[in-house]
Amino acid sequence: MPTACDWLIPRPEGLYCVPGDFHIDPRRAVARAVITHAHSDHARPGHGAVLATRETLALMAARLGQGAVAAGSQALAYDEALRVGAVDLSLAPAGHVLGSAQVVLVHRGERAVISGDYKRSADPTCPAFAPMACDLFVTEATFALPVFHHPAPGGEIARLLDSLRLFPERAHLLGAYALGKCQRMIALLRQAGYDRPIYLHGAALAMCAVYRALGVDLGDLRALPAGRAVAAGELVIAPPAALADRWSRRLADPLPAMASGWMALRQHARARGVELALVVSDHADWDGLLRSIAETGARAVRITHGPPEALMHVLAAQGLDAAPLEGGGFAARREEEE
Amino acid sequence: MRAFAELLEHLTLAPGRDAKRALLTRYFATTPDPDRGHALAALIGETRRGAAGPAMLRALAASRVDPVLFALSYDFVGDLAETLALIWPARDGADAPPRLGEVVDRLAATSRAALPGLLTTWLDASPAPVRLGLLKLITGGLRVGVSAGLARAALADFSGRAEEEIAEAWHATAPPYGALFAWAEGRGPRPDAAGAPVFRPPMLAQALPGPEALGEDLTAWRAEWKWDGVRVQLVAGPGGRRIFSRSGEDLSAAFPEILEAMEFHATLDGELLVLPPGAPADAAPSPFAALQRRLGRRQPGAKLREALPAAVRLYDILFEGAQDLRPLAFDLRRARLENFFATRHPARMALSALIAVTDHAALARLAANARESGIEGLMLKRAASPYLPGRPRGEWWKWKRAALTIDAVLMYAQRGHGKRGSYFSDFTFGLWQGEGSDRRLVPVGKAYSGFTDAELAILDRFVRAHAIARFGPVREVEKTFVVEVAFDSAQRSTRHRSGVALRFPRIIRLRRDKPAEEADTLASLLAMI
Repeated sequence: MPTACDWLIPRPEGLYCVPGDFHIDPRRAVARAVITHAHSDHARPGHGAVLATRETLALMAARLGQGAVAAGSQALAYDEALRVGAVDLSLAPAGHVLGSAQVVLVHRGERAVISGDYKRSADPTCPAFAPMACDLFVTEATFALPVFHHPAPGGEIARLLDSLRLFPERAHLLGAYALGKCQRMIALLRQAGYDRPIYLHGAALAMCAVYRALGVDLGDLRALPAGRAVAAGELVIAPPAALADRWSRRLADPLPAMASGWMALRQHARARGVELALVVSDHADWDGLLRSIAETGARAVRITHGPPEALMHVLAAQGLDAAPLEGGGFAARREEEE
Repeated sequence: MRAFAELLEHLTLAPGRDAKRALLTRYFATTPDPDRGHALAALIGETRRGAAGPAMLRALAASRVDPVLFALSYDFVGDLAETLALIWPARDGADAPPRLGEVVDRLAATSRAALPGLLTTWLDASPAPVRLGLLKLITGGLRVGVSAGLARAALADFSGRAEEEIAEAWHATAPPYGALFAWAEGRGPRPDAAGAPVFRPPMLAQALPGPEALGEDLTAWRAEWKWDGVRVQLVAGPGGRRIFSRSGEDLSAAFPEILEAMEFHATLDGELLVLPPGAPADAAPSPFAALQRRLGRRQPGAKLREALPAAVRLYDILFEGAQDLRPLAFDLRRARLENFFATRHPARMALSALIAVTDHAALARLAANARESGIEGLMLKRAASPYLPGRPRGEWWKWKRAALTIDAVLMYAQRGHGKRGSYFSDFTFGLWQGEGSDRRLVPVGKAYSGFTDAELAILDRFVRAHAIARFGPVREVEKTFVVEVAFDSAQRSTRHRSGVALRFPRIIRLRRDKPAEEADTLASLLAMI
């Protein structure tokens, strides 16, 4: 059996599409890059030209500076077709964060889908993952072990609201990645009826402004006032790194919480020093990965961004050609990026 | 089971003693009988432990999960019970976990052979967090930092009564402590402790900040050796006999020979020690390592008891008959103790001698030279002090001899478990031996503590970046990182390659500034024995 989609080649700088002459989510600056989403391990600065969704381009510009994507960049809406060299290209929703897309490539009748990061659970801030039939599926593997079963996010939001009720004298300091997780948590809270102002760390506030400009309503958001802010009983969201930072000393007896798929593991929650561990992830869990792979009907699967062994074991038993996406070099675990 | 599992999770993540205390208080206030009493017993280790061991957990996993996937997952998670709880394939809508009381009762009534079937039923009926609580309960590995003392403090908060009163009422009841909770809530009479062996919170010493804290005149003080054993309270009377640890844990079963010797009606305070076989009760005790071997057995066999006989060095008397002596001054209690001992002469017990101290210079010499086997410093007790539970300031001082230190080189590291599962936190360190081209590092000990969280992060990063070999879970690292290791004493050992065993080694300082070649030699350590 010939290798599926041998026109896609992993190179040190990133996955390269030969007939289209572009890279997908390259780690180093290249001439032409297709970017799945704006997280920093996928969207690097300095490419000659960038193709991505309008939302991803806006988020990249906000994170990396206007210069990062200005010249020669091109926005493509979901499901809009584009011919690049000898390849038909389109983008499909990945459900990971606002603007996140799977890259669908067709060349000589062979279809490849590069998923980027994706999830299958509810997120009010972005369109849901759309399974795309293909021959080769490149999947992420952040939570690719059968110990990961992310609970329904509604239940975790309810636990946060319970804690806010139970400890009204404490500020709740929620660690959540500034792009994606933060906005999703806010949107889920708003859905659950929480209409108080939510206080934000500067990094999170900047990303929320972009979401807003792109039409995602997040309610009353405020910067934490300068000086010694009390914020007792209030909810404050900050990037995980700020949790144990001096920044948090401004808060009244803060109760550290964290929203992340890693919170399913106690040692991670303890290592982070959180008192309230919320298992909310923007990545597919074990069942989500297996279900998504099955729905694509792919006969070849390439695995990246996480431990490949468990997926390889299961997929091989199903008769699929499953292997790590070579030349990976991605960090095996990306807790900061989660 | 649901509320208990939630309590366990919160206790795991609670940052300190006060937070844990508040969580327990709330749990007692919101959980009905008998569940809260069973929880209390489980938390302080009063329930049957280890109904299931690792082998049974692995067998359960094998019954439902692909072994390759389980191995990969366990390797990643690092905790067997947690791995099984997370990986257990959920049944649709399974959300009818058993009550804690039901779990405890049925565990007691179920044979080992029937246990896997029962566990399977429970795991199938429970969501993941409850599965974890269940497995931790059944394997006896709660490890959430709740001592009997902490539980007592929480019960005091819950009931609005003094800890002292709680301690006495508590030991008059048994799990699930229905009468205790009824009394605590004002619904019932105080459980009657009359005659029952009751734990009395002990009086503890503070570290002596400096000799000047004693004042000029030493005649107001009494000095004793600080024994390097385990503090125990011996309680005996018509209602039974118990050996309690400092925090109120029941050690009776582990030291039957002491229990047998408690032919009296009194409450005594003393130090549990191990003596050389055949030695009289007042002989110099064996090194602490010997006692540790005894403590490791909940029910020691005759052979072990013979090889490592236990004894108690007595230093105080709290009750004689039903008479409470605690309000008396130390000197008066001491006279009662000496009189008690002279008339009773209980086997396996000896008085902890008073040491005459005349002046500060002599005292300092004594403290500095307190390196006999089984002694770790001096105790200084105010002659007029009553027996006060807790750690009252300025009444009892402990003057630990200074710790010894060596500069050693990190050699191997291993991941910790539980909360430290993501860190390399167990370190083997070594010292130099030999000269010239024969000069090499010999491992001399292992340390798991002493460092701050920030220092642990540095050590962890070093191990990850400088590992040169891997032996299963152990990493060998480049021999470039010097750490200052403090320890209480060094003892000869035939079980260690270096010929020396360290007592309570801990890493107290990272010495990145020091080249590994300048670390200490094994010879300098041997000179400290």
